[in-house]
Amino acid sequence: MVDNSKGFHIVNNVIMVLLSACCVLPFVLLLISSLTEESVLIRNGYSFFPESFSLDAYRYIFSGTSKIIKGYGITIFISLVGTVTGILMTLLLAYPLSRKGLPGKNVISFFIFFTMLFNGGLVPSYMIWSNVFHIRDTIWALLFPNLLMNAFNIFMMRNYLNANIPEEIIEAARIDGAGEWHILFRVVFPMSVPMIATLSLMVGLGYWNDWQNGLYYIIGRTDLYSIQNILNRMLQDAQFLASGQAGSNASSMAASLPSVGIKMAIAVVGILPVLAIYPLIQKYLVKGIAIGAVKG
Amino acid sequence: MKEKMISGKLKKGKVWKSKRFWPFYLMMVPGLLYLIINNYLPMFGLIVAFKKVDYRLGILKSPWVGLGNFEYLFKTSDAWIITRNTICYNLVFIVTGTVFSVAVAILLNEIRGKWKKKTYQTLILIPYLISTVVISYLVYAFLSAESGFVNNTVLRVLGLPGVSWYSEKKYWPVILVLVNLWKSFGYNCIIYYAAIISIDGTLFEAAVVDGASRWRRIRDIVLPSLKGTIITLTLMSVGRIFYSDFGLFFQVPMNSGPLFDVTNTIDTYVYRGLLQLNDIGRASAAGFYQSLIGFVIVLSANAIVRKVEKENALF
Repeated sequence: MVDNSKGFHIVNNVIMVLLSACCVLPFVLLLISSLTEESVLIRNGYSFFPESFSLDAYRYIFSGTSKIIKGYGITIFISLVGTVTGILMTLLLAYPLSRKGLPGKNVISFFIFFTMLFNGGLVPSYMIWSNVFHIRDTIWALLFPNLLMNAFNIFMMRNYLNANIPEEIIEAARIDGAGEWHILFRVVFPMSVPMIATLSLMVGLGYWNDWQNGLYYIIGRTDLYSIQNILNRMLQDAQFLASGQAGSNASSMAASLPSVGIKMAIAVVGILPVLAIYPLIQKYLVKGIAIGAVKG
Repeated sequence: MKEKMISGKLKKGKVWKSKRFWPFYLMMVPGLLYLIINNYLPMFGLIVAFKKVDYRLGILKSPWVGLGNFEYLFKTSDAWIITRNTICYNLVFIVTGTVFSVAVAILLNEIRGKWKKKTYQTLILIPYLISTVVISYLVYAFLSAESGFVNNTVLRVLGLPGVSWYSEKKYWPVILVLVNLWKSFGYNCIIYYAAIISIDGTLFEAAVVDGASRWRRIRDIVLPSLKGTIITLTLMSVGRIFYSDFGLFFQVPMNSGPLFDVTNTIDTYVYRGLLQLNDIGRASAAGFYQSLIGFVIVLSANAIVRKVEKENALF
């Protein structure tokens, strides 16, 4: 090699280490702050090297307050139900479009594609979901609007089926007397597991991280808040914990509430599951991002 | 046995053929129904922009007001500010994001060692996994006036006075660009990296044999082969130039009033009008404006690319 190879590799590694640090250190600050004693936080602010540690914030979160636990439950519920339903509907819509000779296939494909070009935006969506379907302040509000399925995923699925399910296999199953539903679930489904897994990750992450549906549609029923909605609400209203959880003796509680550290502790609780499973799903996630970029 | 089946199929002929598609149409019903409700009804719902909305009457029965809502919107300076912010931020995001992600992807590709490569790739994708709400917590941990890391540690060490970040608007264009870059570069980097590793390896071998320097290899092999991906991704972002990341502009600045001048985009404006200020007229006019211009921009961006480089057009 002509250039100074060794020097280049050192510099390159230093740059990548710095970049990686930029991506990770904010989370470290979050974690350490959540473990810092409240009085130290008030005196010195959030810091990477606090004078003393304490588990008070976590003790507070998990003791006596069911709100966080409930938020967790709701987040897990909508993530599971939303992902399973959404992916099933995506597969059901994508599979017929991948079959040859289906009359009207192009019209339906365009019907789906058009939703990527044009949309009504927040005002009409809000009015239709809340005034026509009355999902405001129900669990459906966290499940239905926007997150369930989208044109992009449908086309990813269809392209995968086009490329990976040969017509001969389906024809063979048909000759053996299998019905179309049977073929879909017994033949096509097992063969499309890689794409289903990738899309499920994307949709699941979308549900886990969503806070907008809760912001728009959950107005009064704060017991339906997902963990993200709780976080969102707390950031906007520092008194939320005191008023929402302490009840009647809110004012006396507020004084002793470790509010500075507890915010960070709840944020940690909110991201921990994602970060914990991330190493396991990293491969599929990267694959999904890479395929997504290749247009259909 | 098999012969019987085939002859049976032939006998039934046309009837069998038309009937065989029914299960397929049935399968598509739930998905299509969802798209109608979630996507198509709101498109028609855009007519609210021409109405004076009365919740008791609903969209259809509310009285028409013609272009009244639009007059009301464009008479204010808001219309100009939200358009300017939405477009300018997007332009800066596109340029910084593309340059930075391509550069990092190239550097990542030059890293030797599978394990190191994977570790870097894993770490830079972490911000992408996190919700905007948590990102605003991270930003808050750094910028909070009373307990933020910047005021309490960085500026204190430098001997500088603290800044009340959430009320000084001059810093926010930079902060928002940085946060956006931090959040999205890992994702884009993976896309570019995937494009780089799909380059034919013999090209590099030939270049090395010819004595091409690392820089020459990057300039003459890597960058030209990334052109298609860059055009496609840029086209997709340009198509969405009239849309903004609601969380980034609403949540990260904590909906702080003194910052509206530099943080208000069409999306935050519509949200505030609809759900905080109860000013549906202006919100729906701004929403209609966004949908319509956004649609025109997607079509024209694609038409331009189609003329220049047909294979990179999206449709």
